[in-house]
Amino acid sequence: MSAKKSKSLVRPYGDTTGDGMVQVSFTLPVPHDKRAEGAAALLAAKMGIEPAMVVHAKPMGPDFTFFVVYGSVSHLVDLRDVQVVERDYPLLSPKEVNSAIKKGLRRPLVVVGACIGTDAHTVGIDAILNIKGFAGEKGLEYYSELTVVNLGAQVAVPELVEKARLHRADAVLVSQVVTQRDAHLHNTREMSAAFREAFPAERRPLLVVGGPRFDELATGELGVDRIFGKGTTPGEVASYLVSALVPVPTTRKKAS
Amino acid sequence: MSRTTNPTPDPRRMLDLDPVTVRRARALARRAGKPVVNLAQRHTTVSVERAVLRLAGLEGADVEGIPWVNRLVDVVREQVGLEHGVALPVWDAMMREGDDLTTLAQRAAAGSVDFQIPEGKASTYAGRIARKDVSAGIRRIDASRRQRDRLIEKFGDPPAPWIYLIVATGDIYEDIPQAQAAAREGADVIAVIRSTGQSLLDYVPEGPTREGYAGTYATQANFRLMRAALDQTSRELGRYVRLTNYASGLCMPEIAALAGLERLDMMLNDSMYGILFRDINPVRTFVDQRFSRQVHARAGIIINTGEDNYLTTADAVEAAHTVTVSQLLNEYFAKEAGLEDWQLGLGHAFEINPEIPDSFRLELAHALLARALFPNAPLKWMPPTKHMTGDVFRGYLLDGFFNLAGALTGQGILLVGMMTEAVVTPWLSDRDLALQNVRYVFNAAGGLREDFRPAPDGFIAERARQVLGEAVDLLEDIVDDTLLEAIADGTFGLMKRPADAGRGLDGVFRKADGYLNPAGDLLEERATR
Repeated sequence: MSAKKSKSLVRPYGDTTGDGMVQVSFTLPVPHDKRAEGAAALLAAKMGIEPAMVVHAKPMGPDFTFFVVYGSVSHLVDLRDVQVVERDYPLLSPKEVNSAIKKGLRRPLVVVGACIGTDAHTVGIDAILNIKGFAGEKGLEYYSELTVVNLGAQVAVPELVEKARLHRADAVLVSQVVTQRDAHLHNTREMSAAFREAFPAERRPLLVVGGPRFDELATGELGVDRIFGKGTTPGEVASYLVSALVPVPTTRKKAS
Repeated sequence: MSRTTNPTPDPRRMLDLDPVTVRRARALARRAGKPVVNLAQRHTTVSVERAVLRLAGLEGADVEGIPWVNRLVDVVREQVGLEHGVALPVWDAMMREGDDLTTLAQRAAAGSVDFQIPEGKASTYAGRIARKDVSAGIRRIDASRRQRDRLIEKFGDPPAPWIYLIVATGDIYEDIPQAQAAAREGADVIAVIRSTGQSLLDYVPEGPTREGYAGTYATQANFRLMRAALDQTSRELGRYVRLTNYASGLCMPEIAALAGLERLDMMLNDSMYGILFRDINPVRTFVDQRFSRQVHARAGIIINTGEDNYLTTADAVEAAHTVTVSQLLNEYFAKEAGLEDWQLGLGHAFEINPEIPDSFRLELAHALLARALFPNAPLKWMPPTKHMTGDVFRGYLLDGFFNLAGALTGQGILLVGMMTEAVVTPWLSDRDLALQNVRYVFNAAGGLREDFRPAPDGFIAERARQVLGEAVDLLEDIVDDTLLEAIADGTFGLMKRPADAGRGLDGVFRKADGYLNPAGDLLEERATR
């Protein structure tokens, strides 16, 4: 592809540009027979996969059949229509984070983190907060200018608010992994509402949630300042906290 | 499913460990654990006391769903404290009031019973009747164990490794057909995952339940329903399908008792998991642990320990020795409570970062070390979770290597890995694909263990010796420092848990002179009356 205009329109790529090839697998609640395979091909066609090749069909017990389907999808995506949250803050090294806080805040920045509700999965919050860190980056506890209070799992919202007040949190980090019955969304809304009630707007800590199944665009709907999705690293969170909370020092050695 | 029925080669011949070091490791584990056992013996908890009442037959709940055992223990605690145990004041009041246990609990909750700590003859009498009533529960546990033995004899015992599958719908009536389907697909062990948050409830919910988050509540009625369904399926399949649940969290002693009564076959039961991963107070945990393990020992239940969890938070290579240390401690605590080797499903996991060189050889070394250290324990082998990225294709390959490591090192209980780990709760197709993976590996390589002898001075043997050496060093530090301090310092799973903090501490009581717990006595004495 050479022309700029055509680059914004994309189709899936199998082994030839524009072939549109995709592969899907699914189960239908029907016994395995010819009709079941036909149903799989029909479903694929309705998904825009046409012609569809039902390359594998396997009975799973008497009542279900598992399918693998390959085919060319008729849909196109215009990259200009894509909406994502682009990183709108500079990525800083731990050293730069520490020095920015030192100069801009002149005190450690306090972060209180927790898994709220019944969520017992501390994987996410620990990946961001524990020194051990994630993806080769050390967690926020490693940053000398960050004071980290990790409340761990299954923290009740009132307790989180209380601890945030006690520790004078600048930011509250909440991780939500369990998504059954949209628990992560309910919990987050409950949390943000509680903070709005407990703090005057200008004193409210920055509210940040993270988890693998959040929509990063849903900040307004959930009442939080930032949402981080899957694969977020501690460095990204630290950099964001600096950009959101640390005033740029007014006296600088060099004008930028 | 084709699984090798060849005699298991002696794991100690696969890996030559220095017997002096092994003995030293066990001796250190004993020295580290003994003070904790002493501590446990000096204390009781609200949940231990409630378990006593459950064994005496107190069931049911009030209109708010709070079990009568909670109501009764709370009133006794308020009036006379729990330092003497619940048995003396309760049976003393029963004798005086002429009530049965349920009526007494109801009246006590309504505020119309005055409890006292009986003395002299009244105390001896109350103690004797309490023992008689509680022993009926112990004998029901004994009867359940005999029933299990009979059914295994009748239906047949599947060969190792036992294929372990999880169901977790939140609704017991959905769980049952899923569990039966899983058993038909090849599962030898069904684990019903508990609802998220149950571990922090200080009561056991009542009745059949249909509302759970990411799992189903552990209740006596749910246990009974599921066991009955699996008995039916066992008969149909010609092999005894085992049922697993969780004796963990704040109600561990009670859940252990219910499991014994309702003939569950395995229970997750780790000496430190609640402390580290649920922030439950260490003293509360160790007291509850000891009682629950005594019950499991009596009930012939296989415990599964939770070392795999450390590796989900700590690095599986750097922290490999903490798994070994925890296994040794779990073994000590288990043996002290009366469990036998065949009941020790000590946990470990395939959690090494697949990006690092020789990761599979390291996994083999760690798995073989566990196998050689505990040659007569079944060992519970847990699949990768931490490095399952959402790339289900790569995940399927990792699970294949996990299964291969399990086959090569003779693991007794194989938890089936799902390629959709970290993506969704397993779909029907995920389970089917996962079982195909297991079947392929055990068909193709189930007998490979016979040919597999790591070179005595090779990478695998050296690594195993290194991990054992590090475990001994850590145990030495723990002995010097005390286990409670080590837990407070974040030795396990990088969690720091001081002994004077954590949930459930207010439910711990130091035993007074004259403390009586007929269930504890019957279990310690291995008596039936």
